[in-house]
Amino acid sequence: MSVARFWRKQIHRYNLVGTHCKTCDTYYYPPRNVCPKCRRDGEIESHKFSGPGEIVTYTVIHTAAEGFEHQAPYVLGIVQLDEGPRFTSQIVCNPEDAHIGMRVKPVFRKLGESGDKGMIYYGTKYVPA
Amino acid sequence: MRDVAIIGVKNSKFGEMWDRSFRDIVVEAGVGAIEDSGVSGDRLDGMYVGNMSGGQFVEQEHIGALIADYSGLSLDLHVPSTRVEAACASGGLAFRQAVMAVASGHEDIVMAAGVEKMTDVSSTAASAALAAAADREWEGIMGATFPGLYAMVARMHMHEYGTTSEQMAEVAVKNHKNGSKNPIAQYKSPITVDSVLNSIMVADPLHIFDCSPITDGASAVVLAPAEIAHEYTDTPIYIKATAQASDTIALHDRRDITTLDASVAAGKRAFEMAKMTTKDIDLVEVHDCFTIAEICAIEDLGFAKKGEGGKMTEEGETAIGGKVAVNTSGGLKACGHPVGATGIKQVVEVTQQLRGEAGGRQVDGAEVGMTHNVGGSGATAVVHILARER
Repeated sequence: MSVARFWRKQIHRYNLVGTHCKTCDTYYYPPRNVCPKCRRDGEIESHKFSGPGEIVTYTVIHTAAEGFEHQAPYVLGIVQLDEGPRFTSQIVCNPEDAHIGMRVKPVFRKLGESGDKGMIYYGTKYVPA
Repeated sequence: MRDVAIIGVKNSKFGEMWDRSFRDIVVEAGVGAIEDSGVSGDRLDGMYVGNMSGGQFVEQEHIGALIADYSGLSLDLHVPSTRVEAACASGGLAFRQAVMAVASGHEDIVMAAGVEKMTDVSSTAASAALAAAADREWEGIMGATFPGLYAMVARMHMHEYGTTSEQMAEVAVKNHKNGSKNPIAQYKSPITVDSVLNSIMVADPLHIFDCSPITDGASAVVLAPAEIAHEYTDTPIYIKATAQASDTIALHDRRDITTLDASVAAGKRAFEMAKMTTKDIDLVEVHDCFTIAEICAIEDLGFAKKGEGGKMTEEGETAIGGKVAVNTSGGLKACGHPVGATGIKQVVEVTQQLRGEAGGRQVDGAEVGMTHNVGGSGATAVVHILARER
């Protein structure tokens, strides 16, 4: 991933900054520029999420994605934040401990790197709360 | 709008074809479909080619023109050829574009083709190319793979409805049995529930035998207005419905993780257009990229009640001779899943079934069939209903 492509999402990935539609009071993370419910009638503002959430579903990935080989097996989950939105995150825990409904909290972690000499990128992962 | 008919079909062989190139396989399918239709190539008014990722798999873009050229349709004939992309639904969508071109009256004889050459790169590179059909910036960056996304669907389906690993394995067992009777299938060996459950874990709870393989293959069909179809074939197959729907690109944004709302919407639109219900359908080719995907598909299209897709499979109601025959070709699981070709291969299979040409996997007296092709984890769904009677 190019430096600019990662950099422009940094505030969202580092600080859990998403968006909130003032018209229908729905929260979005990842952020959206257009509210899917209100569309152009929506009024979107930036919103920093409080952090904690719950595992909706998860998997333990054994055959890793490219660049993630050294992490396998790793837990990937869909996390629902307390404000409502859902997103995909790695859950840093013992694979046997992961379960649906598990309370989790955010931590700042390395997400990956662009090859041996490329940039290292960071963001938020989740750990058991 | 005019009625549209299929007058010719052809699949290349599906599998790992080290000795054959991208253009070799698609030309084989295209020329075969034209021969099957009895049309001469210079009658073709247009081509629509489904291809997901030639740029990543064979470092070739501009697929539409390439295929027209190597099929001998460019130099003097200048046949217009358009590449259509919607991830693994590229083929189904190319077929839909071709149907609409003929139905509108803008074009008469049209080819819809689909092709993917996936084994020219390593399996890691192939998986990375496929992962681009998910949300790269919010799923891929976290290490999501396609088996991983469908594994999260499977986990939730098991949690909510009590679906079991054995029920998912039954999907693979049935599709391998059907595939063993399909001459073009990548895998022709029957498997057992135990062999699925004992195969290596790719993304818990999905084993490698729950996953469709990486495949080379191409498929093609020729379409004509229904009123002239009998000039070319005694057994035209009519398109009763074409429907497409979109959903969120990321799995985490879905209303319900175990329901592909795009499949529900496309299925509903197709049944309305054809004025039919599930009871009218004798066979359906659904998008079983993973075993759980077939269970979701038969629920989303209305063949099984929500949560009962696993049970219906276990009880044999989706086998040939059951309530509705699902994936008689062997599906993506056993036939192979050359992503851009799959949607067209489904149409070829249903056409051969309705013509009564499906050999050992023939559904007795098949009159109406359905195809269901999904892109990504459900962001695109394309559904068609085909019938013997106009």
